[in-house]
Amino acid sequence: MKKKKMNGYLLAGLIITTVIIVWIIIGRFYTPYNPTKMSSAKLQGPSPAHLFGTDKFGRDIFSRVMQGSGTTLVIAAATILIGGTVGTIVGAVTGYFGGMVDEVLMRLNDALTAFPSILLALVIISILGPGKYNVIIALGIVFIPSYARVMRTAFASQRDVNYIISARLMGASKLRILMVHMLPNTIHVLLPAITIGFNNAVLAEASMSFLGIGVTPPDVSMGYMLSEAQGMFKSAPWYALSVGCVIALLVFGVGLIGEGLQRMDKEAD
Amino acid sequence: MLEVRDLHVKFHNRDREAVAGVSFTLRDGEILGLVGESGSGKSVTAMSIAGLLPRKKCDYRGDVLVDGEDMLHANRALLRKVQGNKIGVVFQEPMSAMDPLMKVGKQVEEVLTIHEKLSPEERKKRAIQALDDVELPDPEAVYDKYPHELSGGMLQRSMIAAAIVSRPSLLLLDEPTTALDVTIQAQILKLLIKLNRKHGISMLFISHNLNVVRKLCKRVAVMQRGVIVEEGPTNDIFFHPQHPYTQHLIECIPARVKVIARKHVEETGSINLINDADEPAETASAAGAVQAAEAVQVAEAAGAVENGNSTKPEGGSNG
Amino acid sequence: MKYAVRRILALIITMIMVSFLAFAAFHMISGDPAQAILGTNATPEMLERLRHEMGLDQPFIVQYFRWFTGFFTGNLGISYSYRQPVADLIMPKLKVTLLMVMISFVIIVLCSLPLGLRAAQKSGGRLDWVRTTFQQLCMAVPAFFLSILVSYLFGIILKWFTPGDFPKIEHNLIGVMRYLFFAAVCIAIPRIAMTVRMLKSTIIQEMEKDYVRTAISRGNDRAEVLKKHVLKNSLVPTITMLGQTMAEIVGGSIVVEQVFGIPGMGRFLVASISNRDYPVVEALVVILAFWVILSGTVADLINQKIDPRLRLGGRA
Repeated sequence: MKKKKMNGYLLAGLIITTVIIVWIIIGRFYTPYNPTKMSSAKLQGPSPAHLFGTDKFGRDIFSRVMQGSGTTLVIAAATILIGGTVGTIVGAVTGYFGGMVDEVLMRLNDALTAFPSILLALVIISILGPGKYNVIIALGIVFIPSYARVMRTAFASQRDVNYIISARLMGASKLRILMVHMLPNTIHVLLPAITIGFNNAVLAEASMSFLGIGVTPPDVSMGYMLSEAQGMFKSAPWYALSVGCVIALLVFGVGLIGEGLQRMDKEAD
Repeated sequence: MLEVRDLHVKFHNRDREAVAGVSFTLRDGEILGLVGESGSGKSVTAMSIAGLLPRKKCDYRGDVLVDGEDMLHANRALLRKVQGNKIGVVFQEPMSAMDPLMKVGKQVEEVLTIHEKLSPEERKKRAIQALDDVELPDPEAVYDKYPHELSGGMLQRSMIAAAIVSRPSLLLLDEPTTALDVTIQAQILKLLIKLNRKHGISMLFISHNLNVVRKLCKRVAVMQRGVIVEEGPTNDIFFHPQHPYTQHLIECIPARVKVIARKHVEETGSINLINDADEPAETASAAGAVQAAEAVQVAEAAGAVENGNSTKPEGGSNG
Repeated sequence: MKYAVRRILALIITMIMVSFLAFAAFHMISGDPAQAILGTNATPEMLERLRHEMGLDQPFIVQYFRWFTGFFTGNLGISYSYRQPVADLIMPKLKVTLLMVMISFVIIVLCSLPLGLRAAQKSGGRLDWVRTTFQQLCMAVPAFFLSILVSYLFGIILKWFTPGDFPKIEHNLIGVMRYLFFAAVCIAIPRIAMTVRMLKSTIIQEMEKDYVRTAISRGNDRAEVLKKHVLKNSLVPTITMLGQTMAEIVGGSIVVEQVFGIPGMGRFLVASISNRDYPVVEALVVILAFWVILSGTVADLINQKIDPRLRLGGRA
């Protein structure tokens, strides 16, 4: 294993991301106020009592964001799981075996990746209809090609490495080679791809819910809150600003992690 | 015309010096060979002479004087005037040393574009002339081609053309034939000798292959781990190595190759491929030469021959 | 030439495949179009007549063929929601979105090329981390959040344009372009960051290559090396990326149109999806697909002009 050094980007990214995620996870169990409870304290700006202010129904925005963001996290995580797993399998199969299968699948892949992910997701949603689980399915499908492409390169480049050849000669089964020998070494390619995928998933979900064709009530997500917030923009801009800032900060933090990972790899060379 | 005095180069990311006190001179019109294994510091020495040292990444001291002018410590502006103009460089891999998106002809002209004020037509004429000097069969066609459209041998000739088009005083060649086929190698070497005779270009030829060097160079310097361990006329180095390292290098050369070399010396009077005559020594079939050499070895083993001169091959001999 | 012909052929074939898939998919999920158009008050005879008119009693392949050729004749069916020809509905919106996409693309190219060059020249310097962090920031801010901010800042506070009051193209082209400019900037900023990043790393990679050393040995200085050799060599991956960017801008336009209240294709698409207006969705999907594939093809064709090694259909 090459020696890897921690660097500033990675550290900063990890700190920011961890803080936000922990905050959101806490939101699942506890929030300062009840996020859906309306009160008479309407349209108040940020204050010590209400850190992000209140919306036009008097709901505490801080609590609302704290809890509602959880859905977005779950969707993003599920998307990575689906897209990543299927993509890794496809990538492993095509990368390792090559040949006709590889050619055909990669052409298909290229055609898919050319499309902006939002569009593909929209198309799938238009067939399935909106809703939390459909969003997961749609985004998962949309992100399979990029994982497949990345993993295929990683697997293919390992095919002819010495210890793989010796494993083959020793008679190890293909599955074993793939899982035990190759997979661990693709981790360092998979991780940055996951950070990018996470960010894309968060942004995609936010966009779709914002447009009204993603998550639907009673589910609440970052994008959904943003669409609410836009309606109240003139009177309560802090709603939109706070949700937007949380999204941006989360994506920023994860992006720094990705950048940090890439630099760490480069330095180890 | 080239004087290197006590050159030291140490890279920041390495523990020991790449070049640890190297001194030698190159006279006008001379061809000097610099031989060593990888890591011996021969390429770094060449880069120091060419002004191509990555100055931010290393410490250096000493003198490198080209016609009396210091190249080692000169500023970029001065270096730029000399590079391409007075000093030409030929690198090892012609395919990657050329800009893949620029036509060969334009790259040959490049030195002229930088250093001389010529009209485009004149530049093209000079470039085609240079391509002809390096014995390319159809210079005008080559002019219009892209690097990937030419073979390795033709590309390397083009590189040489690009390096000599402005009639430099010094030509640095860093393993120029290592990436080429053996037959092409010989042709390029003969071409270099011709160019040296015709235009008086001094040459510093770097290689790890002593046999290649002996075909071309009148004098050889052997480098090991950053220092020159032995230096002298090629004949002496090749047949009477003094330093243990040189002897080791000679030992690594297959016996029949040495026999062929010896034969060549006896027939042509020179250890180089072409002696002072204008015609290159024609090559007999390699098989014939090898046969002859093997016959010699057998005879030697039988103790019947002392200096390997019993059978005569068909024509001249090659190496 | 042969390469160009092959690429265009690939384009056509892909379009046929995509449109077929889209048609098949929507055909399966949409109910009875005639019912959707005429509503619940329609009598069976009216439905029957409309079905016959629309050719719904024909075999599937024929329907597909009629629909596909409709792209060239301008007949894309009838919208369920508006009861009007789809083509008539799409045209004005298409113009608006196209205009915005173009403005955005121009902004991206004009900003990222010089910035990318500078970033490559100054890389590894003291302030490098500032630049990188700023880049990440630009990529992190979602286009629509930026849109909300920009529309608030420039529309409401500074009043440089009036959000929601979109002028007509025919009457006030300048006004339209000014309005679109703000939206275009929101789309452009994340892409500029990405392109600059890519350009920087490509240029740096190229500077490490052997031919740079050769160029220096001939007497070029850094600037000349960049200009004469490295820029051209860095162009190929950059153009590929710009082609992708052109495709992605369209995706970004969808959300931005919503925030700024721009009557473009994206907003229409979203509305049609919500309303299950399948003829519109079908047509828009194919148009968008065409745009995406066309961008990629144009990028490829430009590249093969630049890099002669690609002309053989191989890789550089």
